[in-house]
Amino acid sequence: MGLLSKKDAQLITDPLADNNPITIQVLGICSALAITAELKASLVMAISVMFVLGLGNVVISLMRNIIPSKIRIIVQLIVVAALVIIVDLVLKAFAYQLSKTLSVFVGLIITNCIIMGRFEAFALANGPWRSFLDGIGNSVGYGVILLIVGFFRELLGSGTLFGIPVLGDPIAKTGLYAIGYENNGFMIMPPMALIVVGIIIWIQRSKNKALIED
Amino acid sequence: MENRTDKNSYTIIFAIGMVFVVGALLAFFASFLKPNIDENKRIERQQNILYAMGVNDNDESSANMVSTAEAPELFKKYIKKQLVIQGTKVSEDDKAYLIDVKKEQTSAKAGNERRLPLFVGEKDGKTFYIAPIRGKGLWDAIWAYVALDKNMVVQGVFFDHKGETAGLGANINKRFFMDDFIGEDLKNNGAFKGIAVAKGNADPLNKDKSDNEVDAIAGATITGNGVSAMLKSELKLYVSHFETLKN
Repeated sequence: MGLLSKKDAQLITDPLADNNPITIQVLGICSALAITAELKASLVMAISVMFVLGLGNVVISLMRNIIPSKIRIIVQLIVVAALVIIVDLVLKAFAYQLSKTLSVFVGLIITNCIIMGRFEAFALANGPWRSFLDGIGNSVGYGVILLIVGFFRELLGSGTLFGIPVLGDPIAKTGLYAIGYENNGFMIMPPMALIVVGIIIWIQRSKNKALIED
Repeated sequence: MENRTDKNSYTIIFAIGMVFVVGALLAFFASFLKPNIDENKRIERQQNILYAMGVNDNDESSANMVSTAEAPELFKKYIKKQLVIQGTKVSEDDKAYLIDVKKEQTSAKAGNERRLPLFVGEKDGKTFYIAPIRGKGLWDAIWAYVALDKNMVVQGVFFDHKGETAGLGANINKRFFMDDFIGEDLKNNGAFKGIAVAKGNADPLNKDKSDNEVDAIAGATITGNGVSAMLKSELKLYVSHFETLKN
């Protein structure tokens, strides 16, 4: 093994499949439903969460021996809120267009329970480097699901991917629309996100029976 | 022995210390970056005003502002006058584009007379009157820059929002929605009527420009209603000024 030991590599690979934060731990569902109507928003959210979770895990891990256990949840909340605000300010100052695209999502990151979950379950008990890997692994696992859901919702709901029309023009009736295809408006509503996530969970558990609970 | 970090005294001191450290850190970032953020917002206003009057880098389907580097220069070139309207009094003010519409709305509610900014632009021999307006969407504020001719026919709009739902209400700043407004008449038989974002108006291609309606975005009812309400209540305030332009 090159850069990472086997145990460290598992921190990255486990959350991608068998311990995925969304499909297995059922964390971060709220944002997964809210923002996946477009692929671009999904991608931006995934990257933002990766940044905050990676960095936040390291900060919490460094502080793990001095945090009073009675108020540790509050401390975690303050760390994630402070990080998110700083990220927001820096984006507004130096990448204004990007910060406009992100708009409310930046604030939404604070409420993402994957972040608090990983702080509490992992960073408080492990060193900074392992915590960093855990943060990256979990946010990638989260991001992958977001992108899959976003892909299907945008494709079937709006006929576009990353805002680029791929199925033709629904109003001028070109491409697939010429033979009677219609966009499914229901796909861009949050309930369809839940159904798509449900289908992913179904497929995943039918492939790996060990994941099925009684 | 009891763990050091479990003591009440330690907990309180830690909490107080954390408040100071985090507070100082955030205050430092906020004040350090404020000039940059303000400058970005100022240029964005110029870009938005220019966009409404058709000075933009649009390609076939997406909405693109002129670059931030060019914006101040183009703003000087195309915007001939910046007016502030207060009742019947009209004055020129080359900082009018910095007037905060939100603050004006609040101060008008408190009984003060509202200052209405209006920008007069000229492009290819045509004169545009651009009004900045602000309203409420589903989650948060929405706002617009509306370019009109002197008969209150829309020549261009730029909509934006603070936090409408991605893929639904957030689409008000997309070309397919904004371009529908071009050519729509705010008046009906000479009286101010506004433009409604309407469902099922049986005109999805928006060929009928005198129906005071544009096609709504599916799944964005409240944002759409917010747009209709904003156009109606805010642009109404400008009607008396446009009446004077006719003479």
